[in-house]
Amino acid sequence: MTATNLTDLGIAGIRDGFRAGTFSAREVADAFNAAVAGADALNAFIVKTPDHAIAAADAADKARADGADLGALAGVPLGIKDLFCTEGYQTTAASGMLGGFVPTYESTVTAKLFGAGAGMLGKLNLDQFAMGSSNETSAFGNVISPWRRNDSGNAPLAPGGSSGGSSAAVAARIAPGATGTDTGGSIRQPAAFTGISGIKPTYGRCSRWGTVAFASSLDQAGAMAHDVRDCAIMLEAMSGFDAKDSTSVELSVPNWEAALSADLKGKKVGIPKEYRVDGMPADIEALWQQGIAWMKDAGAEIVEVSLPHTKYALPTYYIIAPAEASSNLARYDGVRYGLRDLPDGANLQDMYAATRAAGFGAEVKRRIMIGTYVLSAGFYDAYYTKAQKVRALIARDFAQAWEKCDVLLTPTAPSAAFALGEKSADPLAMYLNDVFTVPSSLAGLPAMSVPGGLDPQGLPLGLQIIGKPFDEQGVLNASLAIEQRAGFAARPGKWW
Amino acid sequence: MSTYTIEGATGPWEVVIGLEVHAQIVSNAKLFSGAATAFGAEPNTQVSLVDAAMPGMLPVLNEECVRQAVRTGMAIKAQINKWSRFDRKNYFYADLPQGYQISQLYHPIVGEGAIEIEADGVTKTVGVERIHIEQDAGKLMHDQHPTSSYVDLNRSGVALMEIVSRPDMSSPAEAGAYLRKLRAILRYVGSCDGNMEEGSMRADVNVSVRKKGAPFGTRTETKNVNSVRFVMAAIEGEARRQIDVIEEGGTIVQETRLYDPNRNETRSMRSKEDAHDYRYFPDPDLLPLELSDEFLAECAASLPELPDAKIARYREVLGVSAGNTEVVTADVANTRWFEALLREAAAKQGKSEADVAKAASNWLVSDLFGGLNRVGKSIEESPISVAQGAELLALIADGTLSGSLSKQVFEIMLETGDDPAKIVEEKGLKQTSDTGAIEAVIAEVMAANEDKVADYRGGKDKLFGFFVGQTMKAMGGKANPGVVNDLLKKALG
Repeated sequence: MTATNLTDLGIAGIRDGFRAGTFSAREVADAFNAAVAGADALNAFIVKTPDHAIAAADAADKARADGADLGALAGVPLGIKDLFCTEGYQTTAASGMLGGFVPTYESTVTAKLFGAGAGMLGKLNLDQFAMGSSNETSAFGNVISPWRRNDSGNAPLAPGGSSGGSSAAVAARIAPGATGTDTGGSIRQPAAFTGISGIKPTYGRCSRWGTVAFASSLDQAGAMAHDVRDCAIMLEAMSGFDAKDSTSVELSVPNWEAALSADLKGKKVGIPKEYRVDGMPADIEALWQQGIAWMKDAGAEIVEVSLPHTKYALPTYYIIAPAEASSNLARYDGVRYGLRDLPDGANLQDMYAATRAAGFGAEVKRRIMIGTYVLSAGFYDAYYTKAQKVRALIARDFAQAWEKCDVLLTPTAPSAAFALGEKSADPLAMYLNDVFTVPSSLAGLPAMSVPGGLDPQGLPLGLQIIGKPFDEQGVLNASLAIEQRAGFAARPGKWW
Repeated sequence: MSTYTIEGATGPWEVVIGLEVHAQIVSNAKLFSGAATAFGAEPNTQVSLVDAAMPGMLPVLNEECVRQAVRTGMAIKAQINKWSRFDRKNYFYADLPQGYQISQLYHPIVGEGAIEIEADGVTKTVGVERIHIEQDAGKLMHDQHPTSSYVDLNRSGVALMEIVSRPDMSSPAEAGAYLRKLRAILRYVGSCDGNMEEGSMRADVNVSVRKKGAPFGTRTETKNVNSVRFVMAAIEGEARRQIDVIEEGGTIVQETRLYDPNRNETRSMRSKEDAHDYRYFPDPDLLPLELSDEFLAECAASLPELPDAKIARYREVLGVSAGNTEVVTADVANTRWFEALLREAAAKQGKSEADVAKAASNWLVSDLFGGLNRVGKSIEESPISVAQGAELLALIADGTLSGSLSKQVFEIMLETGDDPAKIVEEKGLKQTSDTGAIEAVIAEVMAANEDKVADYRGGKDKLFGFFVGQTMKAMGGKANPGVVNDLLKKALG
């Protein structure tokens, strides 16, 4: 196989070809390392780690030669979102605050992936501290989507956020899979923008230990890859109980890949009527209708359901997430690690102020300020307490929907990818991008985006499947049914 | 009711006192990490990634700390909340690595309880509003470098119980009695070692003053007072200061103050105006704490006999005097020693514990505690073992040693740590009841004091003691006083 063919392969393809002896893991690692090295124009990686990918590949090749047991991801190199702490490799959360920070420990998720035989191609760019929907808040510069509109304008497009480096790398075929984290849609929206698949599992499935925290009650790691099968393989390797994370759920991880089935006979697919938002583009509505038709074709029964508190999800999210963020980011104070800005004659308070002023970007500061405000004594009940109550109502909406259906089908995002700079001046418009992904995040539910088609400008659009707690299988299967019918084969042309 | 008042220029003032006690929970590991908690370790040697708040680190609750807090709550008959929750208290300080302290503001693990105290000769119940669990901060060291401060995170994350009283105390003596009683309970339960010098127990003192019958005055909080004596002094000093301020026409500002033991005064630390808005909210890294009935039953079963029950049993079942009971039960180490002594003494003498309790408690309180006091040792460091104490008691009980002989033997034991039987043997300190020898000495004493014999026989009964003393002295203190009495009465007619 040629190097180009190898980088066309996804996780399952690499795994199977490696096991069959069609190619070595070293060949795969070399091919992807070269692809990464040649894709600087995308700015998808903050740090490249070819040595890590090669070491893992050599270990896999040796294990195969020795006839030893091969891990589920043996021979597969991955991109790792730079929110996961990686032992011995710089971890910055795309911030100046953690510039040069090298952890002495390995996050549980990456430890599991590497334990399964995966290697690391590098640390992927993201919105700073995972705050953003377009990857324009990174201290390391914007990630450029590999996609271009078909209007010949060549405007650089947003790869989505916050896992924009991950989505760009997978879409550009410089990584067969990548880790993402999803707090309000940060796996699903970038997956939709770049025409790949991405799944956020049930809150508690993946350990948060060693992942730089944004909003603890929402953050959840997940998988981003070419297709549903690859996501299932990768998610299986990432998931599992971890005693070091108190919110980790003590449940065994099912063999999701083995149980994949696109046959939805006997399943009910719910269509939440409140997701028909004002001003939704016609092509999004059309895609949704197409999705409904595919679900029927797969044997599912369609039912209309109501999630009456949907309209409160976004404001609720933008109270709870910043509240938790303002507290989680308090540890970046210049005392122990990362940036320290100590002006002449500064006292402790001055040092905090100078360090945090210099180390945090504008969006992070905005959210810290919002969070600090909503938690302050005079406003706590009006904002935070009320938001928690609404969050419970949103979760109840879903619980009631599960009495009528097995999964929900919605669009992933209200639009295709927008151009960089197009929305960055208007935070509220930016926040609206998460309107379909945020409710399920607040409820802690598993949800996935799969590509459904292209908009008139030739850009990918995604459909979202939301499932019951711990029913990742149901989500994967419904997504697979869409994938098979959509036959999405579009890829960005290589311009980088 | 206490009648304690402080006399001001305008007449008597009442004092209202509430205490918030921070008690370090006895456990091998910190509240949310596996790091060790030993006192006196080199700076920053007991710090985990969690304690240093490295990126991505998460707290995991130490069940032993929960158990200790529940047992403490049970010991003060408090309501145990089967559902409690941890909150973050956000503020910036260099010794607080996470930028927040994990505590329990809204839903503490222990609710209403009470502690009975005796002060100023009156028994009184002091309400305990709540006990919650929280983590300690690290500490700043300002004396290591001319221009920099260092941070020691050894205490960062150490588990504390915050025990909050109602403002039910009205004199320094009551506050002192409350603290001593609380400390005794914590030590009995084994949930805190109560060592105020090492900082494992410290008190924030809330004080206000008012005229009799008036509503509560504005209070101040004096932070981190670290001995019972200082707490009492701080209350007295702060109450006096407040009265002076008010009587001079000023008003009391609600503020945080510090107690300076060197100058015996409190001074302002920070006022309400620059008080922090701590921004509390439920810690999203931790699930609410739910206690099972099995867990609660285990905690209850593990509780030892507590001070009030012990006091009642000592007095009523064992017949120990009120004074001795108070001394013996004041500290759990004392009661452990006493109860071991009772067991051994009863076994040695073939009697019940109740039969030996009175003599044993008298010896323990007056002889052993007195002796240890003189040589500056605690009961844990006693050079005299329980077995040796029981042996000494047996020698007194069987008449081998008189009261005065036993005191001599005890002094030698204290000094050498030798067994009493060995001392008796080597020094020949055995009491004698040899009537022949005693009669011979009595005859000598009477012969040497013929005038006093005549006086006695003439009606001066009080001289009997003189003859006893002379006889004992001539016998080197070894004569059995009972036998001496009998024989003297016979000889003097």
